[in-house]
Amino acid sequence: MFPVAAEFLPIVRLSLVVSGTAVLISSSIGVPCGVWLGLSRWRGRRAIAVMIHTGMALPPVVIGLLLYLLLSRSGPLAFLGWLFTPEAMIAAQTILALPFVIGITVSSVAAVPTELGSQIKSLGASDWQCRWTILREARRGVWLAVAAAFGRSLSEVGAVLIVGGNIQGHTRVLTTAIILETSKGRFEFALALGAVLLLVALLVNALILRLQENRWVA
Amino acid sequence: MGRMTDDCLYRLADVRKDYESFTLHIGNLDVHGGEVLGLLGPTGAGKSTLLRLLAGLCRADQGDLGFERRAFASGDVALPVRRRITLVHQRPLLLSGTVRFNVEYGLRLRGRKQIAETGNAMLERLGLSKLARQSALTLSGGQTQLVALARALVIEPEVLLLDEPTAHLDPAHVARVEETIREVRQERRMTVVWATHNLFQARRVADRAALLLNGQLVEAVSTEQFFSNPSDPRTDDFVQGRMVY
Repeated sequence: MFPVAAEFLPIVRLSLVVSGTAVLISSSIGVPCGVWLGLSRWRGRRAIAVMIHTGMALPPVVIGLLLYLLLSRSGPLAFLGWLFTPEAMIAAQTILALPFVIGITVSSVAAVPTELGSQIKSLGASDWQCRWTILREARRGVWLAVAAAFGRSLSEVGAVLIVGGNIQGHTRVLTTAIILETSKGRFEFALALGAVLLLVALLVNALILRLQENRWVA
Repeated sequence: MGRMTDDCLYRLADVRKDYESFTLHIGNLDVHGGEVLGLLGPTGAGKSTLLRLLAGLCRADQGDLGFERRAFASGDVALPVRRRITLVHQRPLLLSGTVRFNVEYGLRLRGRKQIAETGNAMLERLGLSKLARQSALTLSGGQTQLVALARALVIEPEVLLLDEPTAHLDPAHVARVEETIREVRQERRMTVVWATHNLFQARRVADRAALLLNGQLVEAVSTEQFFSNPSDPRTDDFVQGRMVY
């Protein structure tokens, strides 16, 4: 194996594992929450929506700092032993991606005509079947939410740097490696890492677009 | 008003549904099992609201709505009961996907077997076979209405509620829809409540006819009596085209 590839591959692999897991967790929580919020009509819904949209603008370094304080030796979550581990990085990216998944899912579900729900029910759909069908109709938006969450996770640097520590072979991902290599003056290597980052984002988004276009049977 | 007989499927007594600028009030109305009840009245008379109440899609604010002698708590109707009743909406919304997918949708919800065969038969019956693979969202208004009717009939409902199902169809397709529903009723017992603006259509298809005006039920009598000897002068005015809305 080429020495550069040997240096590259663990970083790329960890980036995919951390961001992929964070997107999986945030989607598992965010899509059901988004569907529920998108279909519900209670009073506090607007306030929740404002909070979610604010969450989309959360600075990653602030999340990183808060999570660092929670996970540090004197913090309430110290018993987890997650500080400077991939688990802490996944937690940080999940928190950052979650508002994107919920917010975009809410908008997509709310864009489905309200009348469709009663028409589906009049064909004999149970409440769950009704929700599933509406989610199916909003699927393009939901996949967009997943793509946005992945983009946010993969390109984020502040939070993973604080809670991960950028430890070689342990918590070093593409973005933190780019910062390190730039500070060391290895611009060619940093640029190559940047190109890999873009390529990974391109491939994942192409996959998501493909899923967006596929028929999703209710 | 409607007869009180043993085969009474729906019984409505003093049912009210209030909206901000409109109230539907049905004093007394029976819908008998196996009949076709034509629901007539000008635009905004309350026909669609009444159909939604009968479908269990909204809750009456007052009064008794009974289905098979049991209180029909509209809005919280049990799924097995709801699955016996189907409403074809005035402006049907189809799901993204093919025409076939839409027609088979109700069968999938029920986990039925031989979905493709049943769906094909219904597509054929309503002349939709050529459109089977076409995206449902690219159809014309008339084609959309036919698909909406197909997806309702394919699940073999015991009660079929129709809200202007032929409003966007040409005369040939209107005749086809009427014939299909007539055939289905010959094959099995099905109760139909058919809202229409078309007096001629009501005369052709309905066993009984009911008139709604400004949210009030005027009368519900046999079609023959409705058109030849109505008991309420407003019905006569409506039938003769003398009514100014």
